[in-house]
Amino acid sequence: MKPLVLEKEQAGHWLKGLCNNFDIFAPLPTDKGYSDWQKWDGGDLFDVAKGVPKSSIKTFFFPQPEVLFQFNARASAPDAFRLREPKCQDKPRILFGVRPCDARSVVLNSMPYEEDPYFQKRIQETFIVGFLCREGCSTCFCKWTGGSPTGTEGMDVAAIDLGQVLYVEILSDKGKRLVGNGFFRSPTKDEETEAKDFVEKAKGQALDQDVASILRSKGLMHLYDAPFWNSVSEPCINCGTCTFLCPTCYCFDIQDETLRGKGRRIRYWDSCMFPLFTQHASGHNPRGDKLKRVRNRFMHKLKYFPDRFGPISCVGCGRCVRDCPVNIDIRQVLRSLLEI
Amino acid sequence: MSSVNERITQEIQSIAASMLESGQVAAFLGYSQGTLPGTMQPFVARDVEDAKKFSWNSFCVINLANYLPALLRSLEPPRRRGEPPPEGPLPKVGVLATGCWSRNMVVQIQENQIERQRAVIVGISSRGMVSRRKLEAAVGYREITHIEEQDNSLLVRGDGFEETINRWDVVRDNCQTCVHPDPVIYDKLIGSLSGDRKIPDRFRQVEEIEALSVDDRWQWFQNEISSCIRCYACRNACPLCYCPTCFVDDSRPQWVGKSIDPVDTALFHILRAYHCAGRCTDCGSCESVCPMGIRMRLFTKKLQKDVLELYGFEPGLDPDAPLPLSTYKMDDPEEFILTHIKKGDKK
Amino acid sequence: MRFDASEEVTMNPYLPYSAVIDDIFVETEDGNLKTFRIVLENEEDRRNWTHRPGQFAMLSIAGKGEIPIGIASSPTEKGHLLFTVNRAGVVTTALHKMNVGDPIGVRGPLGNGFPVDSELKGKNIVIIAGGFAFTTLRATLIYMLEHRGDYENITVIYGARTPGMLLYKDELKQWQERDDLNVYITVDREAPGWDGLVGFVPTIAGQVKPSPENAAALICGPPIMIKFTMPPLEEVGWRNDQVYLSLENRMKCAIGICGHCNVGPVYVCKDGPVFTRAEVQRLPVEF
Repeated sequence: MKPLVLEKEQAGHWLKGLCNNFDIFAPLPTDKGYSDWQKWDGGDLFDVAKGVPKSSIKTFFFPQPEVLFQFNARASAPDAFRLREPKCQDKPRILFGVRPCDARSVVLNSMPYEEDPYFQKRIQETFIVGFLCREGCSTCFCKWTGGSPTGTEGMDVAAIDLGQVLYVEILSDKGKRLVGNGFFRSPTKDEETEAKDFVEKAKGQALDQDVASILRSKGLMHLYDAPFWNSVSEPCINCGTCTFLCPTCYCFDIQDETLRGKGRRIRYWDSCMFPLFTQHASGHNPRGDKLKRVRNRFMHKLKYFPDRFGPISCVGCGRCVRDCPVNIDIRQVLRSLLEI
Repeated sequence: MSSVNERITQEIQSIAASMLESGQVAAFLGYSQGTLPGTMQPFVARDVEDAKKFSWNSFCVINLANYLPALLRSLEPPRRRGEPPPEGPLPKVGVLATGCWSRNMVVQIQENQIERQRAVIVGISSRGMVSRRKLEAAVGYREITHIEEQDNSLLVRGDGFEETINRWDVVRDNCQTCVHPDPVIYDKLIGSLSGDRKIPDRFRQVEEIEALSVDDRWQWFQNEISSCIRCYACRNACPLCYCPTCFVDDSRPQWVGKSIDPVDTALFHILRAYHCAGRCTDCGSCESVCPMGIRMRLFTKKLQKDVLELYGFEPGLDPDAPLPLSTYKMDDPEEFILTHIKKGDKK
Repeated sequence: MRFDASEEVTMNPYLPYSAVIDDIFVETEDGNLKTFRIVLENEEDRRNWTHRPGQFAMLSIAGKGEIPIGIASSPTEKGHLLFTVNRAGVVTTALHKMNVGDPIGVRGPLGNGFPVDSELKGKNIVIIAGGFAFTTLRATLIYMLEHRGDYENITVIYGARTPGMLLYKDELKQWQERDDLNVYITVDREAPGWDGLVGFVPTIAGQVKPSPENAAALICGPPIMIKFTMPPLEEVGWRNDQVYLSLENRMKCAIGICGHCNVGPVYVCKDGPVFTRAEVQRLPVEF
């Protein structure tokens, strides 16, 4: 489809028109100084800060928690303890202002979740309006992971902020459904040139190595037995900050909860950094040491996942780099793995 | 670099090197430079060469006492659970300690988490650590790409800006209200002691919340924790949290739900704070590491104030003073256990 | 795909079959191991159910959770499934308190199972088991006896701490009486009334000295037993690619997503639980 242009002053009207059928979320400022995903209340949207918001968009596809089933937990009821799939009441969602790294994370997570009906349903019901990056933060490293500041993987609509207008490309049938109302026009020649310039400049030089294929070609145990894991993991405090902020950490636990006769089976975020993640009922723990857990997180992202699916399970958003309490920096680990 | 920090860095490096070289310690626990401006990484040196990586500045925000028990254990010869340690002296660890860190080591000694003689404590009187969040706020949340620390100021640079920030203005709340900056126990001292400080309104933040109505207080609490993602960084950065299985992880019985239901999150934070009552030294680790900017330090600060008022006790100052909440005395205050209703005061 | 609400969700891999506990046997003297006979409620599900020996299922108790348990019955035993369950955690404890007639969920069959219809065909089979890890090997043995002509010699070495801790005692007796099976049942120490073999499984394996010629060994048991069983086998020429092991790890989704059971790049739930020892040795020791 041909690119379109939306005058920024029309954008609010366009989105308000979509509010009847969609819930719209965007990275909005919080009282804590960072921006984070919040439901849009009709305010000014176009101050999408550079870089990524605090949380990733995985919460929209992999909510904390996802109710897998509901059941009647009163033993006397005729349908006692029968699992029922919950009826989802949520409206379809628009995520507005998604950065290329976060959009790409959905594509990567879809690989292990290919046959997961809950995840796939949420993908179908979530519309991603991406914003390409003019400039990154010092912690951004999307190119190393196979992405790009101007990548559009995973987006339904890709927007380029040209100052007065948004230059918009429609990338999927879902995207078409969003721009179907008359706020858009065709771009002028100048706008086309400007958009091209934006992409050329922002994209920059291509990386001269294919990180994923280099890592795939290295021996599993060669990387696993690398000498640096102890020093990498030594400062780790075993919290879940990296895994919970990470857009491509997707591990979960499943648990049943009952309260006053109502029961539900939920899945919720779990972290391979937690010792209990792998602990058997017998007490035996295959990854009882911090070193093994830290190594597993990086090996999963940078070796196990690419061995299985191709790309590395990291989009270079830099959240873990910024917010790790003890500054364990995945960029350094990646470099070490490439070098060894 | 600040001349103060430079001096301390050099002394740490040389003390650690000589302790490692002489074999006095098997490992030395300090800080090395992080990869981002304003971040430091806890670092363990095991040989003289490693000791060159030690560094010191105003961003050493994690309490090093947190690492001490596990590091000491890792140096013991392997043994089965419950088996007594081998005869003879076990390897020692050198460790840096400011006022609050040393007080936490005192608590660890009192609670049998570490043995005093195995920690060679190198004391440093704290000038207060800087809050990265305050610093970010001071430059309007623009991305900081470079920080140069002077003795009393921070030169902060980013894309298109350069600002000089007064250091004390961005020092963490807990450090600004700290009255015991000097190490309480130490075997060696870097620099000199600066003496206890007088802070007339050290509990001001707590008092402001206490002044709210019950409903408003609850509202404040719920709002404060609403962004919690249950990553447990606060718990794991805390030297007091060493239970082999934390109550939030227990499955038999399961005390707390696992997702981010507000009730579960509230229960976690309330219980975490109460577990620290009478033991917390207000080191600020919990708050410094929270990725979501939750000020959970205020919960423990409130309990610190209560323990001070009820027992006249501040933890970690005296290795011989019993911990008030794990010691029973006939004349312990108990009014706070009773509710208004039980006392017949039907409000 | 499923955006239109009118379209039915056809396949939910997290949804267990509804089933009923049909019978319960206490297997061991300590009462910690019980075998549950479970019947799927829906007749069509019962008819369509098929599995391979060595596969497992998630047993689901709404309100308590799910637990992976090896299927102890052979696919040739139609109409019901057997699960022998050790009481260890929250779900298994709840299961042990349940009665005949109680509802239960079964999600499966899951995992790969032993290659009974491919690699193992035409081979001499050596089954080595210790303790309560015998369950899926029982399924395998029953299956092989039903298709006896597909396999050459079958040898079974099975041990437990005491006679009272042996599983499937009645069947063990029947198997011992068959002349198309070599069965060695052993207990760790002498016990009153026990006139069979005495000694640890590795010791007995060393005495039996099964030939590696055109053979495959299926070994299930505690890690320590597996560790000490290998040297006597290696001594008589067994290679690691002839030895099949069944791994266990904590599992939640059991379909290769949740990340709990990974051993390096493989998921025990999806790629396993059965691996050859050669495969296992190429992986990190995280099980």
